Amino acid sequence: MSDLTHLTISQARAKLRAKEITATEITEAYLLAIDRANPALNAYVAVTGDKARDMAKTSDARLLKGEGGALEGIPLGIKDLFGTEGVHTQACSHVLDGFKPRYESTVTSNLWADGAVMLGKLNMDEFAMGSSNETSYYGPVINPWRRSRLDTVVMPTTHQGDGGFVSAGGTKTQRSLDNAQLVPGGSSGGSATAVSAFLCAGATATDTGGSIRQPAAFTGTVGIKPTYGRCSRWGIVAFASSLDQAGPIARDVRDAAILLKSMASVDPKDTTSVDRPVPDYETAIGKPIKGMKVGIPKEYRVDGMPEEIEALWQKGIAWLRDAGAEIVDISLPHTKYALPAYYIVAPAEASSNLARYDGVRYGLRVPGKDIVEMYEKTRAAGFGREVKRRIMIGTYVLSAGYYDAYYLQAQKVRNLIKRDFENVFAAGVDVILTPATPSAAFGIADEDMAADPVKMYLNDIFTVTVNMAGLPGIAVPAGLDPKGLPLGLQLIGRPFEEETLFQTAAVIEQAAGKFQPEKWW
Amino acid sequence: MSVDVKTVKRVAHLARIAVSEDDAERMTGELNAILGFVEQLNEVDVSGVEPMTSVTPMEMKKRGDVVTDGNKATDIVANAPATDENFFLVPKVVE
Repeated sequence: MSDLTHLTISQARAKLRAKEITATEITEAYLLAIDRANPALNAYVAVTGDKARDMAKTSDARLLKGEGGALEGIPLGIKDLFGTEGVHTQACSHVLDGFKPRYESTVTSNLWADGAVMLGKLNMDEFAMGSSNETSYYGPVINPWRRSRLDTVVMPTTHQGDGGFVSAGGTKTQRSLDNAQLVPGGSSGGSATAVSAFLCAGATATDTGGSIRQPAAFTGTVGIKPTYGRCSRWGIVAFASSLDQAGPIARDVRDAAILLKSMASVDPKDTTSVDRPVPDYETAIGKPIKGMKVGIPKEYRVDGMPEEIEALWQKGIAWLRDAGAEIVDISLPHTKYALPAYYIVAPAEASSNLARYDGVRYGLRVPGKDIVEMYEKTRAAGFGREVKRRIMIGTYVLSAGYYDAYYLQAQKVRNLIKRDFENVFAAGVDVILTPATPSAAFGIADEDMAADPVKMYLNDIFTVTVNMAGLPGIAVPAGLDPKGLPLGLQLIGRPFEEETLFQTAAVIEQAAGKFQPEKWW
Repeated sequence: MSVDVKTVKRVAHLARIAVSEDDAERMTGELNAILGFVEQLNEVDVSGVEPMTSVTPMEMKKRGDVVTDGNKATDIVANAPATDENFFLVPKVVE
């Protein structure tokens, strides 16, 4: 049974259509895997076993008649940020205690319409605010990857047979896993861990500053944040509305393409949904990249970046050059201002979006002597530290007297960041190659990061520019660091040219291979 | 620019978040670290640059002024902590 959980979506799709396996079998295999692994990994905050079995049964009936949809019978995990009708939807916050929406988000509706099966809701940083999945009300998610070290082991001398053959006591090297628990990244940490540890075939995720790409890089999975406006935001708990986008985390590039095709749509219920047909992303995979112009931005070579990240980047450049791409040095001069501008724009939008959690219409209520005290006590008890911090920053930068100095300045800088990208694309660059993160996964309860929130924010230094400019970006695993942890590269494309990203990411995947953690859980 | 404990308490009240003395002290340090970090935006020359209002160049879509939804009062109050006959119940706001 456990083999079924190791099939990619494209493999499972073929076996389901050929009736070699059933949706019920693969769903049961995943439910069993979740049951065994979740106490150790904490990837799911709600498992919807009954619903999954019902959906699988329906899928099997459709498959039997040859009427299966694009994702018929494929079991998926859903980030807790997506509204799912009648099912736990709390953005992993205490303030939304007990919330079960009476509606279904557009993205998940699209997935169910294509026949996918819901396994449950995935852990995440509270309201998607975090880079380590440690701000969740439900506790941190554990990365299935662990550091390892290579040991040289001396082989014992052995005697063989009557002839008295004696082997020289040679040596061999073996990897041994370290016990330290690592973060899966965030905010889509549950999605990344569940995909990497074979607890779902693929997962939905969202990305406001790097929340799909950074956890994908930390877990050896593929994550794509599409162009702003490609996936409907309707029914997704809002964090920063001008930056939020949904996208998939998957085990390989093809699976990510399959999932995005189903997730994306034109939706009249989201005014920022862009009126363009959704292409068949899968057809881009395998197309040659000969003659493609790949930009290498010098500003992404930051101080203190570990050697292995630079080495990985150089490897990526070499792979693309070998595949016939033209490598060009480019400059995106306002890169260093993206993160500070983000930490004004995102909290400002969050402070406004999160004003709705007041103990009146849903979730937690803490009584007070009057309505204002009720609001204040409810919000004090319901929000975690990081969320409060961001609401406070947002409220401050939007308050009278500070609006021009902070918010307006940040929105002007944001235009400059976008213009940097427009200039290089106008000069003929098709795609930009960068590292996905400035380091590999770090430890749970890292002291430096706990002491200084800005240190944690620096995780998004390579990903946040893409959200600020509304562009598509994909993180693809490209190698392991000396401690055996996965590292990813990021590709950034022109607006709505996700196909170029899949096409190029597939070349990197082909060269780098795929990565999976050694099972310890 | 930096904030003091008094400003933090005022902002917390604007954000409707109750804070203790200890919370306010701690938040003052954290907020100043973040404000110190974003300070570098002041060195950017933004003369003649418009603030971004929409990340994708598109016209705001408008929907027809027609009723497409409704009669969902029970759905709307279904998740409320306190209700009575499809009304949200809150502490008294008018004496």
